[in-house]
Amino acid sequence: MATTAVSTEPFSDYQGDLERLRGVVSPRALTGETMLLNMGPQHPSTHGVLRLLLELDGEEIVTCNPEVGYLHTGIEKNMEDKTYVQAITMTDRMDYLNPPANNLAFVLATEKLCGLEVPPRAQAIRVILLELWRIASHLVWLGTFSLDMGAMSVFLYTFRERERITEMYEMVSGQRMMGTYFRPGGLWRDVPEDFVPAVREFLDIMPEKLRDYERLLRNNPIWVERTKGLAPISAEEAISWGLTGPSLRGSGVNFDVRKAMPYSGYDQYRFDIPLGEAGDVYDRYWCRFQETWESLRIIEQALNRLPGGPVLSDNRKFTPPPRSELGVSMESLIHHFKYWTEGIRPPKGEVFVPIESARGMMGCYLSSDGGPKPHRVHFRQPTFMHISALRHMTPGWLIADVIAIMGGIDIVLGDVDR
Amino acid sequence: MIGDMVRGLVTTIKHVIQRPVTIEYPEVRRPVQPRFKGRHWLHRYENGLEKCIGCSLCAAACPVEAIWVEAEVNTDDERYSPGERYAKTYEINYLRCIFCGYCEDACPTEAITMGHMYELSLYVARRRDLHQG
Repeated sequence: MATTAVSTEPFSDYQGDLERLRGVVSPRALTGETMLLNMGPQHPSTHGVLRLLLELDGEEIVTCNPEVGYLHTGIEKNMEDKTYVQAITMTDRMDYLNPPANNLAFVLATEKLCGLEVPPRAQAIRVILLELWRIASHLVWLGTFSLDMGAMSVFLYTFRERERITEMYEMVSGQRMMGTYFRPGGLWRDVPEDFVPAVREFLDIMPEKLRDYERLLRNNPIWVERTKGLAPISAEEAISWGLTGPSLRGSGVNFDVRKAMPYSGYDQYRFDIPLGEAGDVYDRYWCRFQETWESLRIIEQALNRLPGGPVLSDNRKFTPPPRSELGVSMESLIHHFKYWTEGIRPPKGEVFVPIESARGMMGCYLSSDGGPKPHRVHFRQPTFMHISALRHMTPGWLIADVIAIMGGIDIVLGDVDR
Repeated sequence: MIGDMVRGLVTTIKHVIQRPVTIEYPEVRRPVQPRFKGRHWLHRYENGLEKCIGCSLCAAACPVEAIWVEAEVNTDDERYSPGERYAKTYEINYLRCIFCGYCEDACPTEAITMGHMYELSLYVARRRDLHQG
């Protein structure tokens, strides 16, 4: 009878370079006292392809090393090879749960470079769509987070409501998600007539649905037991780890880019910033959830004061002429051809524009050398910082808690890797 | 505590008696919005001549370089479009296309528009439908 000899030496069957682990995990792991475990990259609760190298003492986390890059698509580099208008299509595909915010960061940066004015109607419509997508993103987060925690039905309900938002986006942009609706100087086209009634209907039905989710989760003993007091992070630590958005506000820090550095006319709307106290997973959940209520308030205000007028700036050096002018004006035809072949040429310079995406502060750094293509584009993505904070948040908790902690910071890997 | 659990259960039970929101896809189709960007269409004028003049503006605007246009000069014997030139080859690589609609925006003669067809993976026998609508 053949027996397989199993070596008791730690790492005797390890194929990789052991030296690379030194300093990353604790010395106890190298002697075999604690266990190293890969979570991901193919793991349903990592919401994409995130690999966590967990060091376990029993079931307790000793160290946690997030490894990103499995979804790297080189979007930033690719954008250097596209004209400014073409590059907008790439931003759609970064944070795929909230495409308009990506569009906006890049478009705002381009507008700042060119000194373009955006008409008030375009700004109001931008705000409506951004807030709708903030809700959509939070709905996906709430659904998948609760799915990870074993509450299946919330997922089904949130996706039902999200479908309404994607449908409205299809109505205005022609695509459910990758709409490329925001363009430098305004919008692609004005919204169709059915849009405002559709948003109003959404505002009517949404509060009842939000109360439903609240009834399912907020005081649910299992939910509270699994999230309350889990992985608390103090305000100072949250700031020093670079957390932003609801993950930061869960620790009670009142920082929201919409209030601190208003853009797209956010200073004209009245809304509150939900704040947590303990900074644990439950507070982060509650802050995010409360934000959907505030988004509904903003949308309602924006609809009530939706101004008329054009939705695209008439600066012909940076925006395309209307189609009606093409047949009658030679100059328009030239501008049209220049816009689509060569693209726009912002003056030399570099800008950084921060906005508040659904996950936190998202910034676009754009450097122009005066040519038709960006010299360098870089995005400061909130989830990248959040994932690095996992190193700090997870030690001392159990494996099952890692799932809850990851859900609480709302990661999107397309956002991280780009 | 028991009350909160019951409240959650009542919420789910409430949903059991509601009408389903899903549709039986291949049999029932969800209508798309008028602006939907689906498969492209190349148009003709009413007299049968092609609208495309082979200017390649769509190819220049395309962010993913999915369009390939080869222009040829119209002659009086062989006339395809009212202008000077026509598109001898017009290819769209649907493996690359991201349906952004830039080609439609760029086209000066409204020759190319985005249609409402979105079912692009077909059996071989139905491939003719893809080309003929």
